[in-house]
Amino acid sequence: MSTVTPKGVVLTPIFKNNPIALQILGICSALAVTTSMSVSLVMTMAVIFVTAFSNLFVSLIRHHIPSAIRIIVQMTIIASLVIVVDQVLKAFAYEMSKQLSVFVGLIITNCIVMGRAEGFAMQNTPGLSFLDGIGNGLGYGMVLMFVGFVRELFGSGSVFGFTILQTVQDGGWYVPNGLLLLPPSAFFIIGLLIWVIRETHPEQVEENEFKMKHNTEPKEAV
Amino acid sequence: MAQSNNSIKKVLTVAFALCIVCSVIVSTAAVALRPMQQLNEELDRKTNILRVANLYEAGIDVETAFGEITPRVVDMRSGEYTDQFDPETFDHFQASRDPATGRTLSGERDIAGLSRVENFATVYLVGDPEDPEQIIVPIRGQGLWGLMRGYMSVEGDGNTIVGITYYEHSETPGLGAEVNNPRWQAQWQGKEIYADEESVQPAIRVARGSGSGEHQVDGLSGATLTSNGVTNMLQFWLSPEGFGEYLARFRSGIEPEDAQEADVEFEAEGA
Repeated sequence: MSTVTPKGVVLTPIFKNNPIALQILGICSALAVTTSMSVSLVMTMAVIFVTAFSNLFVSLIRHHIPSAIRIIVQMTIIASLVIVVDQVLKAFAYEMSKQLSVFVGLIITNCIVMGRAEGFAMQNTPGLSFLDGIGNGLGYGMVLMFVGFVRELFGSGSVFGFTILQTVQDGGWYVPNGLLLLPPSAFFIIGLLIWVIRETHPEQVEENEFKMKHNTEPKEAV
Repeated sequence: MAQSNNSIKKVLTVAFALCIVCSVIVSTAAVALRPMQQLNEELDRKTNILRVANLYEAGIDVETAFGEITPRVVDMRSGEYTDQFDPETFDHFQASRDPATGRTLSGERDIAGLSRVENFATVYLVGDPEDPEQIIVPIRGQGLWGLMRGYMSVEGDGNTIVGITYYEHSETPGLGAEVNNPRWQAQWQGKEIYADEESVQPAIRVARGSGSGEHQVDGLSGATLTSNGVTNMLQFWLSPEGFGEYLARFRSGIEPEDAQEADVEFEAEGA
């Protein structure tokens, strides 16, 4: 991580070092919650909150965390924050929490949160760690919002619940694409997004680690 | 520093202190927000009941609108009201598990895939409880992927449907989940449950393709199994296994009465 400046830690994860597009972390929840944009937005805010504050708290006590139990210490902090977020959502945004159901709880297992706590907050000051959490949350959220936009627009014909393409079920003309309402469609969209990002930022393309050997080429039978 | 951090004493101290701090934060949040969460759950349940009764519009005050709705607990075996349970606190899940208030369904009788069912249920009466305009009954049963829970509202004649709604289901988005499409739900209005006055088995069903007549509604295209699930749960809950006896009172014009008299009447009927 060469750019340990306040601006750098917030901005690099959004495009240059996106947790989903480059590190391929947090895919599971990106598949599950992106059927509509409003749900994606709430999920994004929840993840930003959890990553930022777990980074902050881990960083605050980083000199006192025994290395033997550091993972479980980080986990406890993350889990507590997630439970608080879940409780707050249930109290103030009940409809939303019903739609997100189990996926708020599953933020605990989101690799981005854990990865930032272990990889960044353990070595850096609280202020920087907090900003790094916000940056990574934003990077995650950017992909989520993009996937949510495509899925909601072409799957339900609306954006943030406002009808853009009147669907056949509601007496319009647009035949919605049912696949986009199912989790696997997010794989395709994220895949295409990664392709586009790597075309524009060629330095993100990974080296091919597994080259096909010549003797595996098909030969005609003798 | 790292050395002293890993001493057993330090490890235990950090772990213990962290657990205390975290548990205090978590329990404070849970306890402080509990009343608001319960209010939300209650509001959600009431909104669903108003929705099925066609009394819900965006922006209305749910509590006020719910004022004209009276919950009562019904004994489904006799079709009479009972005072054995408080309608506010009656829990159908617990009632179904208790051998005294529930029973096991097996094989052919279990068409809705419930395996255990309670003998009592909370119904919601719109308007005058003695002569209700609408009767709202809870329904549940297996869909394609899991249990679907909802309400059905019936007019005071015990036969004409006002509406149906599901507040919990896990059907396929875009296909089975269309059970909550308002356009599909609107078809239910005015349909009739029973074929004639004598029949106790409901005739109402979700057709394959487009439904015709007063006992059929259009099937959900691409969701045959969900449609079958809806048919099955209605066949179950509106038959004498469910609310058949209770609705029969309204159909014959004799309103259900309270438990004490009811028992006698039920005995007499059985004899």
